[in-house]
Amino acid sequence: MSAAKFSNPVVRWIDHRLPVFSMLDHTANEYPTPKNLNYMWNFGSLAGLSLVIMIVTGIVLAMSYTAHVDYAFESVERIMRDVNHGWLIRYIHMNTASFFFIVVYLHIFRGLYYGSYKAPRELLWILGVVIFLLMMATAFMGYVLPWGQMSFWGATVITNLFSAIPLVGESIVTFLWGGFSVDNPTLNRFFSLHYLMPFLIAGVVVLHIVALHRFGSNNPIGIDTKGKQDTISFHPYYTIKDIVGIALFLLLLAVAVFFFPNAMGHPDNYIPANPMQTPAHIVPEWYFLPFYAILRAVPDKLGGVLLMFGAIAILFILPWLDRSPVRSARFRPVFRIFFWLLFIDAIALGYLGGKPAEGIYVTLSRVATAWYFLHFLVILPMLSVFENTKPLPKSISEPVLATTVAAE
Amino acid sequence: MAKSTSNSKSSSSNGMQEPARRDFIVVATYAMGAVGAGAVAWPLIDQMNPAADTLALASTEVDVSKIAMGQAITVTWRGKPVFIRHRTPDEIARANAIDGAELRDPQEDEARVQRPELLVVVGVCTHLGCVPLGQKTGDVKGDYDGWFCPCHGSHYDTSGRIRRGPAPTNLEVPPYSFLSDNVIRIG
Amino acid sequence: MMSKFILTFLIAVMSAFGMPGAASAAGGGDVTLLKKDWTFSGIFGHYDKASMQRGFQVYLEVCAGCHSIEYMAFRNLADLGYDEAEIKAIAAEYEVQDGPDEDGEMFMRPARPADRMPSPYRNDNEARANNNGALPPDLSLIAKARAHGPDYLYSLLVGYEDAPSNLDVPEGMYYNNAYSGHLIAMPQPIYGDDVEYADGASTSTESLSADVTHFLMWAAEPKLEIRKRIGVAAVFFLSIFLVMSYMAKRRIWADVH
Repeated sequence: MSAAKFSNPVVRWIDHRLPVFSMLDHTANEYPTPKNLNYMWNFGSLAGLSLVIMIVTGIVLAMSYTAHVDYAFESVERIMRDVNHGWLIRYIHMNTASFFFIVVYLHIFRGLYYGSYKAPRELLWILGVVIFLLMMATAFMGYVLPWGQMSFWGATVITNLFSAIPLVGESIVTFLWGGFSVDNPTLNRFFSLHYLMPFLIAGVVVLHIVALHRFGSNNPIGIDTKGKQDTISFHPYYTIKDIVGIALFLLLLAVAVFFFPNAMGHPDNYIPANPMQTPAHIVPEWYFLPFYAILRAVPDKLGGVLLMFGAIAILFILPWLDRSPVRSARFRPVFRIFFWLLFIDAIALGYLGGKPAEGIYVTLSRVATAWYFLHFLVILPMLSVFENTKPLPKSISEPVLATTVAAE
Repeated sequence: MAKSTSNSKSSSSNGMQEPARRDFIVVATYAMGAVGAGAVAWPLIDQMNPAADTLALASTEVDVSKIAMGQAITVTWRGKPVFIRHRTPDEIARANAIDGAELRDPQEDEARVQRPELLVVVGVCTHLGCVPLGQKTGDVKGDYDGWFCPCHGSHYDTSGRIRRGPAPTNLEVPPYSFLSDNVIRIG
Repeated sequence: MMSKFILTFLIAVMSAFGMPGAASAAGGGDVTLLKKDWTFSGIFGHYDKASMQRGFQVYLEVCAGCHSIEYMAFRNLADLGYDEAEIKAIAAEYEVQDGPDEDGEMFMRPARPADRMPSPYRNDNEARANNNGALPPDLSLIAKARAHGPDYLYSLLVGYEDAPSNLDVPEGMYYNNAYSGHLIAMPQPIYGDDVEYADGASTSTESLSADVTHFLMWAAEPKLEIRKRIGVAAVFFLSIFLVMSYMAKRRIWADVH
């Protein structure tokens, strides 16, 4: 951390007074990182990149977007047709939103698999869940802005969730709308908040990184680093590894943006909002579908809303539900089975959320919802007590190769 | 990125990375990343230039036959006021009475008009962008009976040339052409 | 094991969520769409200017009586291969409202290239009143506002048939193979030979439908060609970048054990 490590005298002069270079050096250069991280540890940097892409393209789009019910749809079309490279910028914004969620879901499942939420990283995990919640709110409000049919009806349905709250529900919904239906005041405030929230996310991301660097990254075998032999400097080892991930991410993003820009959207959102007519089959964006399935699985308004928010809230207390001292699923054979069941369950919920709420889909949604909560509330606490875990290696560097082979 | 590679010092426990780090393929990768980032920057900047619909509206057609002698109208062109004045013979004579070469922004009157009776200028003071007075009958027209900018006191003559005050150049003459005897198209 | 995980995840996400949105907007699984080889599909896709010009003619002579195309300006016709004088001439055939003039009156004047195509009706209510209460949708985005847009439009246009004998078709409704529920308020617009092409191309129902679909796809996605061109370059660049960065990673990590 000493200022003497910088050879450039200007850098040294600044750093002595304002230690930004030391901070950067500490977080992105010398930061000691376990040397056995696999490519599943790429999703943090990819999520960060996604946030940056969203903020940059979003600021640029806001220069041509008009937040008014009479002009919003048209201003988006003007971006697509007349603004220089506007189509490109909007398609990047649209598709990166989806990619952001793909990356974050993988990041979350990585954490679940390797026990990254366990002591002493509970706050790191909780901050991550906060980011996830903020992302969902931001994405929801952003989807309203083009003011197409899905925008309008998505906004109507989601804000109506709050009407489930006893006594004050209706007043809260009117308050959210700023009127008696989703209308111009709603659109304006959603635009304002959609612009604000990414910066809140960025702030929580900083906290997330501070918390991460307190104890350093978890790793695939889940045991603490025991000294210098277990770690390597972040730069260049993990910078270049992150770049490999970024290259693949951008390649896939480019394929989506340039060749399938509307594949993850919905055709109905190219129809201007019509408050008099709901589309035949409305679905939220794909990344909300698992939660949407939980909402619809419950035949009670309040119950459905509570369960849906409960599905996220449960992640906050996860570190205290899973009390097993062993972090990585590599050494927890039974947990591993249940992890994959949960994974399948989540995918199933997503699939069911996109299906009409009728017939067999309702039953399946209920089973999948029950399993989700069962996993966190019953199975994990039980496993913490009854599971026979495999013996842990002594350190990362000594038997790391042997154990990896054994675990695969 | 490329800079940080070449400057950074290894803080790793084993000192064997130095040759690998300088490797061509590594430098080329960082360079490619920088090129890619640069390529992406352009659309983000260029989007601030006028859009296709804005450019398409860059011409205005005006029927000038209804402007009575001695009167002036203001039309909008590219969001700016354009002054069109049907000048009296006296005004034309006064504009030609002075040797244009002696002015701050030397220009003869005949270089500023296509027909002597019709003066078309952008109604934006060349000082700092205010709209000069002098269009309406009761307006202050300045010491040279053309236009007077109230913001910082620039006086323009009956040819729209700067005669006194801080403005550096004459009122701009926009590109325009006669579509017919009565109609001009600006832009 | 975790790379398998990513793959599973992506495949699962694609298959679980890629389809429902697409299938639903067409209105359900009760129709099969005709698949055509459009020149604009595929990664090297491009528009066929002659077909678009013919399609524009079909739009003007068949569709424009009821359907607006409000996001298209005359100047956009340059994409179809018309030059400036031709666009001016096309625009001048239309009147658009302008004003107010000095007397405060709105007035009609010939359209200029910068103007948008005027709508056949003043507002939605007039459109409904003239069409048995059904609103003819605006066509500027129709090819993107329906699932499988071009194939759907084409199938719809050629999909008019006699209703099965057991189906009672109400007054003012028509039977269509490609329309969800099969009962559509739009009467069959194209019968073949409705339009006379200057270039002698086929004027069968199928050809006219394909041409107008081509035109409508362009109207919905005018930047498709440049998008795909940049896309090929971007994917090429990023593929090389991916390979290079992976090699660089191997080089840097060579001494980590």
